[in-house]
Parts: sequence; C-alpha cells; structure tokens
Amino acid sequence: MDGEALLQVKNISKSFGGVKAVMDVNLSLFKGEILGIIGPNGSGKTTLVNLITGFVRPDSGEVLFKGKKITGIQPHKIANLGLTRTFQIMRPYHSLSAFKNLIVPLNSPRVRRSRGGRLGDRDAVAIDILEEIGFQRDAYVPYKTASSLPLGYLKRLELARCIAMGPEIIICDEIFSGLSMAEIATMVPVLEKLEMEGVTIMMIEHRLRELFRLVNRVIVMNFGEKLAEGIPEEVMKKQDVRKAYLGTEVDNVGG
Amino acid sequence: MVIEETRRKRLDRGIKVRTETLYALSTWREMAYLIVPRTVLILGLLLLPLILDMYWQRVLCTAGIYAILALAFDFLAAYVGLVCLGGALFIGAGGYISGLLNAYLGWPPLLCIPIATLAGAVISTFVLLPCLRLRGIYFAIVSFMFPLFAVHIIVALNVFGGTEGISALAILPNIWVEQYLILGMIIVSLFAIRRLVNEDIGLILRGIKDNDQAVRASGISITAYKTKAVFIASLMGCFGGAYLSHLYGWLGISLFAMDFSILPIAACVMGGMGSLVGPVLGAFILTPMSEALRGFGQLRVVLYCLILIGFIVYKPEGLMNYLQRKYHQFEYWERV
Repeated sequence: MDGEALLQVKNISKSFGGVKAVMDVNLSLFKGEILGIIGPNGSGKTTLVNLITGFVRPDSGEVLFKGKKITGIQPHKIANLGLTRTFQIMRPYHSLSAFKNLIVPLNSPRVRRSRGGRLGDRDAVAIDILEEIGFQRDAYVPYKTASSLPLGYLKRLELARCIAMGPEIIICDEIFSGLSMAEIATMVPVLEKLEMEGVTIMMIEHRLRELFRLVNRVIVMNFGEKLAEGIPEEVMKKQDVRKAYLGTEVDNVGG
Repeated sequence: MVIEETRRKRLDRGIKVRTETLYALSTWREMAYLIVPRTVLILGLLLLPLILDMYWQRVLCTAGIYAILALAFDFLAAYVGLVCLGGALFIGAGGYISGLLNAYLGWPPLLCIPIATLAGAVISTFVLLPCLRLRGIYFAIVSFMFPLFAVHIIVALNVFGGTEGISALAILPNIWVEQYLILGMIIVSLFAIRRLVNEDIGLILRGIKDNDQAVRASGISITAYKTKAVFIASLMGCFGGAYLSHLYGWLGISLFAMDFSILPIAACVMGGMGSLVGPVLGAFILTPMSEALRGFGQLRVVLYCLILIGFIVYKPEGLMNYLQRKYHQFEYWERV
C-alpha cells in the first residue's frame, strides 16, 4: 500500500527551543480518502500541518508528495503543486468583499496553468465557487465585506480559498471549531462532495462526533508523537488513547 | 417627563453596486455625483499655477514632489502593509542619476528624468529587496537607514561631488513646464494607483497586507508581489528626485534629507491614510503652510507639530476619509 500514497510523511521532527512539538511522526495519505487527525491541545497537530505545507521547516525527516520530496520548498510552491491548507485562525482579507478574497488564489500559477494562461471572468468563477459552498448569491452574501461575515461563513471562505486552487489535497485545520451543530451539518455535504470529486482531505479536528462520520481513518497525536492509527471505533477503544485524549474516567465516547 | 432621544443615522447613497468597481448610474445627477469631485480635483490642480505668483509657484513645485512621495508612501503603507521610510532613498537615487547623466554626459533634462526614474527605481528596489521579508516597523527602520548609508558613502569616497554636490545642472525650460510636469505626473500617478488597487494585482497586494500567510497558502509568492509594489512606489519617488535635481539645477547629499521620508507621513496623517488623494492634498496643504510659517523662525516647527497633533487627536481618520464619508452617506437625526 505504501507505493500508492499521495502524501507521505517520514520521521518528521520539529522542536521550538526545548519544546518538542513534533517527534518522529510517520503518516501516509492515500488518494481519495479522508484522514482525521485528533489529539489534545498542544499535541503538535497544527505544527504537523505547517511542516507538511512548508510554513515551518522540519529539523529532520521529509515529506513526499506523489513520491517527490517537498521539504524545504517554499509554501507557495507547495500550494501550486495542489497541496492546500486552511488556517485554524481565520484572517480573511478583511478589507475585500468575500468573492474578491478568491481573486488571490485564482491568480496563482497553478490556476493560470490549468486555464491555459487565460483567466477569463474571475469574479464570476469566484462567485460560483462561493455559491457552491453555501454563500447565498440572492442574499448578496458573496458581495459582503469579509470583515462583516459571521464565523460560519469565514470557515467556508477558508475552504473556498483552497477549492479555488483546484487542489489534490486539502488539509483542514479545525474547520468545525466554534460552529454550531446546524452549521456543521451544512459543512459536511461540502466536504463529502469534495471527496466524491476525488479530492483527498486531511482533517484536524476536536469535534470527534462530527469528524468520525466523515473520516475513513484517524490518527491520534499526543505530545508530538503518533499515539495510534486506524479506523475511528477501534482507535477510540484503545486504553492509552482514552487516557491521553479524554481522561481516564470516560467510558462512552465517539460516534 | 418625556425625554426625547435622538440618534444619528447613516445611510449609504445607492450609487455603488456590490463592489468598489461597479456603479449603477441612471441620471445626470448621479453621474455628476461621481464626476464633480474628480473634475474639481483635476481642474483645481491644473488651474493652481495660474493664480499664484512667482514665489508660490516654486513652492507648488516642491509641494508636488512631497505629494508624489506621500502618494507612494500611502500606496505602500495602506495597500501593501509596508511602512516605507525610504522616501529620501528614492529622491536621492533619482536625483543623483539624473543629475550625473546631465553633468557628465550632457544629456538634456527631459531625457535624463525618464532614464533616472527607471534606473533609480530598479536600484532602489534592488536595495530594498533583502528587507522585504521584514514587516511593519522593522521594514520602516531598515528603509530609513539606506539614505543615511548613501550619504556616508558619498562623503567618505568623495564621489559624485562629495559634500559640495554638483551645481549648474541644466534646468527645465521654464516655470510652466516645471509646474505642469509635476502636476501632470501627480494626476496620472494618482488615477493609475487608484485603478491598480482594484485590479487583480492590487487585490493580491491588499491580501498581503491583511494576511500574508493566506496569500502564500494560495500559491502566490509574496516576495514577487512586494517587489512589484516597491518598484511602482520607487518609480514615483525617483521621478520626484530626478525632477528636483533639475528644478534647482543642483545635486548634493541633501537629496537624501530626512524630510523626504518624514513629511510624506505627516501628509498622510493629515490627508487620511488609504484614501490616496488625501496624502496628495495633505502635501499641498503642509508644504505651503511650512513656508508660510517661516516668519515664526524656530517656532515654526512647534506650530507645525501642534497642527499635526490636532489632526491626530480630533480627526484621526484624516481629511479625505472624513470628507468622503460625508459625501457618500446621508446623515440625519432619528427619533428613538
């Protein structure tokens, strides 16, 4: 199965000063799957995303995308390969209206190349993407300034920024956090649709119940190390996972 | 007892549709609403030389240089997020190149100025390139250093006229060419930049200001775009410098004077950051005011500062942002 992996992380480590944020982590991401990454706060999940997408350089280890090494490459070049990410802390381009936010990824070399150098009507493309992801065009939501959008729309905008790139992989960093059950319920179909279109998704999440409905496989991290890996139900039965992630006293968890 | 309370209500005029670039105009009234402010600005600038006497005409030329610098500063600060104190670098680079071409090769000013604008901008951008990774105040400090460097290099090596400078350069044909050259350039740059910030490249630059990490995650090299922005700003600054050396027919180390880095900021504070036209007007108010206050001797600086502090305290948004708000919105008192 190793040969088919779209993305491979090999023995990657990173410390900040004395803090070992990520230690010797291995993982593979296969084409078309949704992989969940869970773990308590500070367990190195976001650092792992930063390492994969080139925002932080690893101390050791490497990341392979389609068998090619991408460690040490600048983030924008990695994004242009089709490996995109959302940010946990959303800061949209707040002075621009929502659809103008997407003009930035639509100008990337990757999109230019896929359109044969001609960009065409970017505004229309941007609005179409937003509408598909749940911005009601009739209510003029795509035209509102990003700074005036509520949290749910900001999360969608983050995802839309990735979708606009025409990506192969989207890494979602806590895309459900802070959302109501109803808002999550409308986000789930968007992710499922992406999966059906063949986009590979890696989700970092604290909302386990919602996550477990989506993912095929889950990886648990604790103190920068990979603690367990497997299908959600089995992983959550493991004693050390419960102890690390949920505390010892909990006896009924997960989806 | 009945207390009547009122509150102020603001309503946008329905001229703009959805975005900054789309307008729905149906009547002459609405068209006039958009055209009049622009016409007043252009005609105002173009008619200004006709009503001034010789002395104030010279002041106008100097004010024009500060205006173009202020525009460049505002563009970088409000639309790219680079606080650039390199105004003196731009003026110095443009001024020295243009002056030297004229002094050593004998080329006429109207040929030297465009060459110096382009060459100066390339050099300034190249010099600032390593610091583009810095943000905010750090970039400001480093960009502030380069003019000081340049002065020390020129003095230490005693090149390009050393401390004395080079005088008796060719000057522009007459006072009318001098005035309309700078005024024309200001109008062209102003409208070009206003257009640019709403084009794709402008949107990306504004994206870099708001969140550069997201721009990188969108597959766009922020260094490449910042370089383009700095190049555009230095084009404006270097033109100002080249023009200045032929305005006085002289080049020297005072082309790297701190005034060129600092006064544009004051003009931006007064005129309103991010409005682009504000800083231009700010420069056209501040420079003559500084001249008019010359009679107060040393007190001039104090008065100057008081006016600035007044603006910062009472109208922090600046003149133009205030006026634009008043112009684009209805305001009325509503009974609660």
